[in-house]
Parts: sequence; C-alpha cells; structure tokens
Amino acid sequence: MSSVSFSKNKQPSSPIPSNFMTVMIICIILLVVCVIASLVFGSRLVRFHELIDGLFHPEIDTYGANIVRKRISRTIFSLLCGAALGVSGALMQSVTRNPIADPSILGVNTGAALFVVSGIAFLNISTANQYIWLALAGAAITAVFVFGIGSMGRGGATPIKLVLAGAATSAAISSLVTAILIPRSYVMDQFRFWQVGSVGSGSWNAIATFTPFLIAGILIAFLTAPGLNAMALGDDVATGLGVRTGVLRFIAALAGVILCGAVTALAGPIGFVGLLSTHVMRLILGADLRFVIPMSAISGAIILTISDVCGRLIGSPGELEVGVVTAFIGAPLLIILAMRSKVRSL
Amino acid sequence: MRNDSLELIVVGRRQRYRRWLLVTGFLAALSCALSCAMLLLGNTIYPVQDVIRALLGEPIKGVSFAVNTIRLPRMLAGLFAGFAFGIAGYTFQTMLRNPLANPNVIGITSGSSAAAVFCITVLHTSNAVVSIASVIAGLATVIVMYFLSKGRSFSIGRLILIGIGIQAMLDAVISYFLLVSAQQDIPTALRWLGGSLNGSQLHELPPLILTVFIFAPVVILLGKHLSLLELGEQSASSLGIAPDKTRVALILSSVFMIALATATTGPIAFVSFLAGPIAKRLVGVGFSNVIPAGLVGVNLVLAADLIGQFAFEVRFPVGIITGLLGAPYLIFLLIRMNRKGEL
Repeated sequence: MSSVSFSKNKQPSSPIPSNFMTVMIICIILLVVCVIASLVFGSRLVRFHELIDGLFHPEIDTYGANIVRKRISRTIFSLLCGAALGVSGALMQSVTRNPIADPSILGVNTGAALFVVSGIAFLNISTANQYIWLALAGAAITAVFVFGIGSMGRGGATPIKLVLAGAATSAAISSLVTAILIPRSYVMDQFRFWQVGSVGSGSWNAIATFTPFLIAGILIAFLTAPGLNAMALGDDVATGLGVRTGVLRFIAALAGVILCGAVTALAGPIGFVGLLSTHVMRLILGADLRFVIPMSAISGAIILTISDVCGRLIGSPGELEVGVVTAFIGAPLLIILAMRSKVRSL
Repeated sequence: MRNDSLELIVVGRRQRYRRWLLVTGFLAALSCALSCAMLLLGNTIYPVQDVIRALLGEPIKGVSFAVNTIRLPRMLAGLFAGFAFGIAGYTFQTMLRNPLANPNVIGITSGSSAAAVFCITVLHTSNAVVSIASVIAGLATVIVMYFLSKGRSFSIGRLILIGIGIQAMLDAVISYFLLVSAQQDIPTALRWLGGSLNGSQLHELPPLILTVFIFAPVVILLGKHLSLLELGEQSASSLGIAPDKTRVALILSSVFMIALATATTGPIAFVSFLAGPIAKRLVGVGFSNVIPAGLVGVNLVLAADLIGQFAFEVRFPVGIITGLLGAPYLIFLLIRMNRKGEL
C-alpha cells in the first residue's frame, strides 16, 4: 500500500533529465538546419534570395522560387515520416522490451508490401487513401505473427529470436510478393520504385492522408508513456502500480504499427530510422519514455531529412533514395549492438 | 559380451552404409530423371531420339535450337548451381552447428549478388569479371563478418545478427542498382532478387562448372573431417584434425562455389538452407552427407524449375518456387528451435 502511494506521488515529480533542455535546443537547431538544407540542396542549388522569395513572396515567380515551393511539401513529408518512424521505434522497443525492435527488422515493411501489392493486383486499388488501410492491416498482422514466433519458448522474445523470426517471415512474404508480381509487369514497375523507400513522392495530398495517422499515433504514444515506463520495471511491478499491462501493450503496439504502416504505405519501406533515433536518445536522456518519445520524434525527423538531403547530394544529378541511405546509417548500428551485446543475452 | 557389442556396431555401421548408398543412389537417379525431363519438356515435346541426335550435334530444324541453346544450358545451370548451393549450405550448417547459419541468412549470397549486379548494371563488364568480382565480394563478406563477430568470444547468435545487418545494407545496394538501371528489363532484375534459370547461356557456364569440378571434390574429401568438426573443436583436434586448416579450406571452397553459382543463376532462395536438413533426414547420421546434400540441392532446383515452368499458367522463375517452399520450412524450424530453447 505504502509503496503504491509512494510511486504515485513520486511519478509526476520525477526529475526531468538534467540535459533535456540542452538536447532539446540542439535538436531544434539541427531541425531548422536540415529543413533549410532540404530546401536548398538538390539537383539544382537554390540561392539565398531565391529561398526567401520562394518562402515569403508568393507573387515572385522565378525558377528558383518555384523549386523551393516544390521542395516544401517534400521536406514536410520527410519530417512527418521521420517523426512517425522515431516514435514507432520507441514504442516497439519498449513494448517488446527489446533493443533492436524496428519495423524493418520485424518484417512489418514486407507485410505492408504484400497487402499493398495484393490490393493493386487483385482489387484494382490505386489511391493512397485506399491502400494505406491495406498497408496498416498487413503491417499489424505481420508484427503479431513475427512477435508470436519470436517470443515462443524459454526466455521470451530475445533479440536473436525476434530478428530471425523477422528475417524468415520477410523472406517468405517477399517470395509471395514476387509471385504475385511476375505475371503483372505493370504492378512490378510500380512496385520496383516503391520497394526502395523514398520521400520524393511527398505531395500535399500525401501529407493530408498521413497527418491523421501521425496525430493519432503520437497521441497514443504520449498517453501510454507513463504506463510503459512502469512496465519497463517488469509486468508484476506495473500491475502493482495499477497498470493493465495487456491492454497497454496492445494499444502501444497498435500505435507503433499504425505509425510505421502509414509511412510504409506512402513512402515505401524505410528501415532503421526508429532503431537509430531511439537508441541515440536513450543513450543521451536515459530510459524515461516521457522524454524519449518526443525526442525520438524530433531526432527521427532530423535523421530522415538529413538522409534525404545526403541522398540527393550523393546521387546528384539524380538522387539516391532515402531508404538506401538509412540502411547504410542504421545497419552498422545493428552490427555494433550485436557486437557489444553479451552472448547470453542474445 | 564384448564381441557381441562389436558385432552390433559393425552391423549398425553396415546398415547405415547401405542406407547411405541407397539414398545417394536414389537421389542420383532422380537427378538424372529430372535432367532428362528438363531436356525433353518444353513448349513442344520432341521425340527422344530427336533430342539425343540434336545433343550429339546433328542439326535438326527446330530441335537443335530448342535443346542445345535453351534447354541444355538451363539444365546445366540448374544442375551445377543446385549442387554448389547444396554442398556449400550443408558445409556452413555443419561447421557452425546451426541449421540457420547458412549462406542465405548470413549474407554471403547478398555480397556476391551485390557485386554481380554492380558489375552488370553499372560497369557492363564481361562474364569473367562478374564471376571474379562475385567471388571476391563473397570472400570479403565472410572475412568482414568473421572479424566483426569474433569479439571476446565467438557466438553463432552474434554472427547471425551481424550477418542480417550486413545483408540489410547489401540488399539496399541491390535495390538501388536495380532502380538506376531503369531501362533494363524486369526479368533480369528479378533474377537478382530471387534467382532464375531463365536466359542461361552456354558460354556463361564454364566458370561455374569448373569451380564445382575443382572445389566439390575438396569438400567431399574433407567431408569426414567435417563430421568430426561437428563434435566440437577439441574432440576434432584430439582425433587428429587440424581444425583451423580444415575450416579455412572448407570455407574457401564453399564460398567459391556459392559465389559462382550466385553469379550465374542469382541467389536461388533457400536451396542452400533446405538441402542439408533434407539430406540429413534421408540419410541419418553416421556418414558424411556432403554428396547427398549436393544431390538434394540439384533435385530441388531442377524440380522447382520444372514446377515453375509448367505447373501454372504463368512461368515462374525457380527462385520463387524454392522461396515459397523454403520459407514455411524456415518458420517451422524456428518455431521448433524456439520451443526446444535451442536459440
């Protein structure tokens, strides 16, 4: 009894990490920098006065100003996607209590792909509004399946089991996807471009479709953060603190899947952003999800936008799709995590 | 009493040997039958004597082209690639003592694929260069993974995790190259995603055939040592084997075979993963399963290709069929291993 009331009193006043404000300020500065970079860099470098014209003088109709206006929607889209992936990574890692749970590793992306491809091939679905729902369903089913297999047996869902379950499921699903695609070259052509995640398709339409999912997911993430914090101490402790662990886990996982499923539907599979941003933030801020979740959102947005800018610069005059860039930044982190982990915890 | 047990052991060994011979013979016969089917079946089914005469070099209108230019290279590519994948997969699984540790899962095939795709789509090099590059990339992947996973103490789990990380990067590279080479036709692209025998040409095959003829005997000869290595390093060295040398020889031979098979047919999904366990199930323990594993690989590739060609309205490349067959088995294996707590 006394311990419960103690924790309840304690919870609201638990300290803000001392470096939170510093991190916040640095992140916001970085965010502004990468927004400007995303507007300026590309196959054509925009001059400063053109940037100002494009942003603040809608009546001026120069080439440069129009380029800036075109890049605005892309930049916003990549910021939103990055934030969604960051929050989704934080949620999945805390729900599965597993440091390497990322949508791309759990096979969620391929699950979404299978449903989208089936939708295009069999149901003649062609608008983003329709296949976002298919992608969400596919993502959710795959996540449950992979986590189910990965958590069988002794020790629950260890990283290695989860990764293998994800890899096996991805392999199985991608065979199915290819089998659906081969007789239909028109779908294949669409799919080939979708398969490498890219934010280049970011239009105002896509942003409008995406925003409700983002808001819903982030709201749920904020609401569940205190409960998830308690759950990090173990299910028994959390139950003792009045948390309904089953319901909470379900809701948080659902939010994670909604966020990454929506991104996958609109931008294609972009891996490792959630893994990366959550790990960096946890390293800096500690384990308190009330701070890790919002900062993961911001750092996810930064990482994805910077990756997109890098991809445009490296691939110039064309572009290197952002999914390729994030794989190259994120996969080494997975390798480092694997190298540092103790043998027993694998 | 002592004689009795000795007798039992001898009898048991003889029985197992008989079973080994029987299974190997059966697998070899099945491979021959499937190879013949690959030559005989197609859009038009020619009479057997015509096919034989065409193979012997007699020019027969229509038959010669269909058999010598299309079906024979396809059959040979499947035959040798299947053998290479089967043997190499079995070697890795046995050496690392984990059925999941096969070249597909730990990223060696992705390394070879990425190099081959890069050479073909970006550099437009000749076949010889593609083969060499894919071998080098395969070896480099193995070396990088070995050093990354060595750490303080070696663990299979770590090796697999690192392999999946490397694979994610390499797969991103492959998708990117496929995207850049937009003009390239889709069948070629698919070959590098799933593996296919379509469009195999006779002049592309010599590197693969040569490699299999050189390195398969090495692995087969070392097969006995391989089964001793399975007992663990200490037991192996006390039984008179130099574990390190044997291991290096086995890894090199396997990587060479895998890399060239991948460069020729693309990474035919799951063959290297399935061949070993199936061979083990058929033969049982006691004898080296290298040859049966290779033959199972051949049978899988040829049978899957025949299914892909004729069982559906659309022609599916072999990699799709093996993928659809193999992935459920992988999941089943995972579930079983998780239940037993082997992971």
